[in-house]
Amino acid sequence: MANINLVNLTKSYDNTEVLHHIEGSIADGEFIVIVGPSGCGKSTLLRMIAGLETVTSGEVFIGDKMVNDVEPAHRDIAMVFQNYALYPHMSVEQNMAYGLKIRGLPKDEIAKRVREAAEILEITEYLSRKPRQLSGGQRQRVAMGRAIVRDPQVFLFDEPLSNLDAKLRVQMRLEIRKLQKRLGVTSIYVTHDQVEAMTLGDRLMVLNAGYVEQFGTPVELYQCPETVFVAGFIGSPSMNFLSVTVADGVLTLENGATVAFSNGHSGTALLGVRPESLIANPDGAVRLKVEMVEQLGANTLVHGHLEGTGTEMVASLPGIETVESGTVLRFDAPQEALHLFDAATQKRLET
Amino acid sequence: MLKRVHFPPSVLPYLLVAPQVIITLVFFIWPASQALYQSFLIEDAFGLSSEFVWFENFVYLWNDEIYLATFWRTGWFSLAVAGLSMSFALVLAGFADRVVRGAMIYRTLLIWPYAVAPVLAGALWVFMFNPTLGIFPYFLEFAGIDWNHYLKSGQAMLLVILAAAWKQVAYNFLFYLAAMQSIPKTVIEAAAIDGAGPIKRFATIIFPLISPTTFFLLVINAVYAFFDTFGIIHAITQGGPAGSTTILVYKVFNDGFVGLDLGGSAAQSVILMFLVISMTVVQFGYVERKVEY
Repeated sequence: MANINLVNLTKSYDNTEVLHHIEGSIADGEFIVIVGPSGCGKSTLLRMIAGLETVTSGEVFIGDKMVNDVEPAHRDIAMVFQNYALYPHMSVEQNMAYGLKIRGLPKDEIAKRVREAAEILEITEYLSRKPRQLSGGQRQRVAMGRAIVRDPQVFLFDEPLSNLDAKLRVQMRLEIRKLQKRLGVTSIYVTHDQVEAMTLGDRLMVLNAGYVEQFGTPVELYQCPETVFVAGFIGSPSMNFLSVTVADGVLTLENGATVAFSNGHSGTALLGVRPESLIANPDGAVRLKVEMVEQLGANTLVHGHLEGTGTEMVASLPGIETVESGTVLRFDAPQEALHLFDAATQKRLET
Repeated sequence: MLKRVHFPPSVLPYLLVAPQVIITLVFFIWPASQALYQSFLIEDAFGLSSEFVWFENFVYLWNDEIYLATFWRTGWFSLAVAGLSMSFALVLAGFADRVVRGAMIYRTLLIWPYAVAPVLAGALWVFMFNPTLGIFPYFLEFAGIDWNHYLKSGQAMLLVILAAAWKQVAYNFLFYLAAMQSIPKTVIEAAAIDGAGPIKRFATIIFPLISPTTFFLLVINAVYAFFDTFGIIHAITQGGPAGSTTILVYKVFNDGFVGLDLGGSAAQSVILMFLVISMTVVQFGYVERKVEY
């Protein structure tokens, strides 16, 4: 068990900086998800913690030990890879025992640990098979098994579910969460899937273009996004952004409509409002001209434009609704569901 | 069901395969059948007449101690060449796989020996090991070793093995490097995280995963040592001293073109032909058994 500290961490390839001054402290037993679009540097960050990539500057601490120059083998970590990275020439049992054998554990201890891990993951009947005789989900379990038999201080997951089909992914997601709670091992999980991130993580680190946009609990990120990027990335469908002018406690939308808003700021800004926060109201200030409707069963997504402008908008109506395209719907939103961002810095303007 | 496209009968397909068929017939089947026929004949000393003797040439070889000794010599010569050049190539490829900077230069340089013709390779080694002029005998003298491969059969054999292995290292290196680079990086990384150091990783992960390549190269190298080393041996020792570096293919040449025993020589080449056919069959039989990554 260990806490992890990232201090002013940067990574450069040939003088191009790809990760910029990453800071973060992770408590013992926490489940941290690093999430961001592809190419944002999240896998690189994970591989730096694992010791598979060198650190350009800054420090990585596991426990109280600075591990910048420690080999992956001596960091007491286990990693689950996206392509599972099982040893193809070894049976499932040998795959799981490999790390223990290298560490020189006695034979009966190895057998005991492998059997226990196999029981937890329900792969006991596959122990003698080779990886190529297993399905994707089973290989995933073996990769997990290989990590847990080692009983490491830290688990690292590099998009472990992205090669599975949607249904299996949801199931494995829950299992990983339960397993991590049960073992209480500090874990870092990399994914590009914001739903996966929201459901798994105690806290989320949102990365964008090598910068940490926000590091907080899923609820914090949803309710109080610090930047436009986080606001748009977390939540599905994504948040609507409307340019507004603020003056004397009134927001003026592009089409001239006004919304009362008590905020000390004035000038132009970006208003963020989630589709599910828009409440249909015949007297509402926000007028949405409908173009297309998605019926999802539990709710209905109405796509369109803010009337009189080219700004795209989505609203989520509860239940099944039939709306003709071309009609204008009117919405209101409670003040606490409105997020105001600085148009230039993209940062949140606090109320 | 897919519909097959039917073409009207035409001579075109025959014309298209004709060059390949003609080349095979003229350059492979015809000489091979000539050799087979020749192996049933005994020619008189002046080359004026020949007699059909069925398997007498083969029976003679079976009872010829010199021939049997050559057989064993060839066996362990090719084993030594294959073992030496493959293990050397394996080590080089293992290092090249880990090189990050200047990998291209390193690899290109290592491939050069393959482009050297066998006779030239032989000449190179003859110069380096010439007992009176060579640089190596000069150094060996300091170590108290008297090098003269013209007189000492062990040294002569060592020299042809070295030269033959050296030339094949580049080829083996290429295949080993390609095989190592086709192993997914994450498998190696997983082993590193599991606690295996570079040598342990090589022994327990990389080497088992490239075993199909090892088997393929073993057959290729054995065939190489059996046949393609003729030029090297001819340039370095001419099979001597006292036949101690005469391998099967060199004996075919020696008995046929120097000794003018055409029938016996043909019989030896027929035996060689069956040897290489059986080796190829073995290889094709096992080549399907590949490790999946």
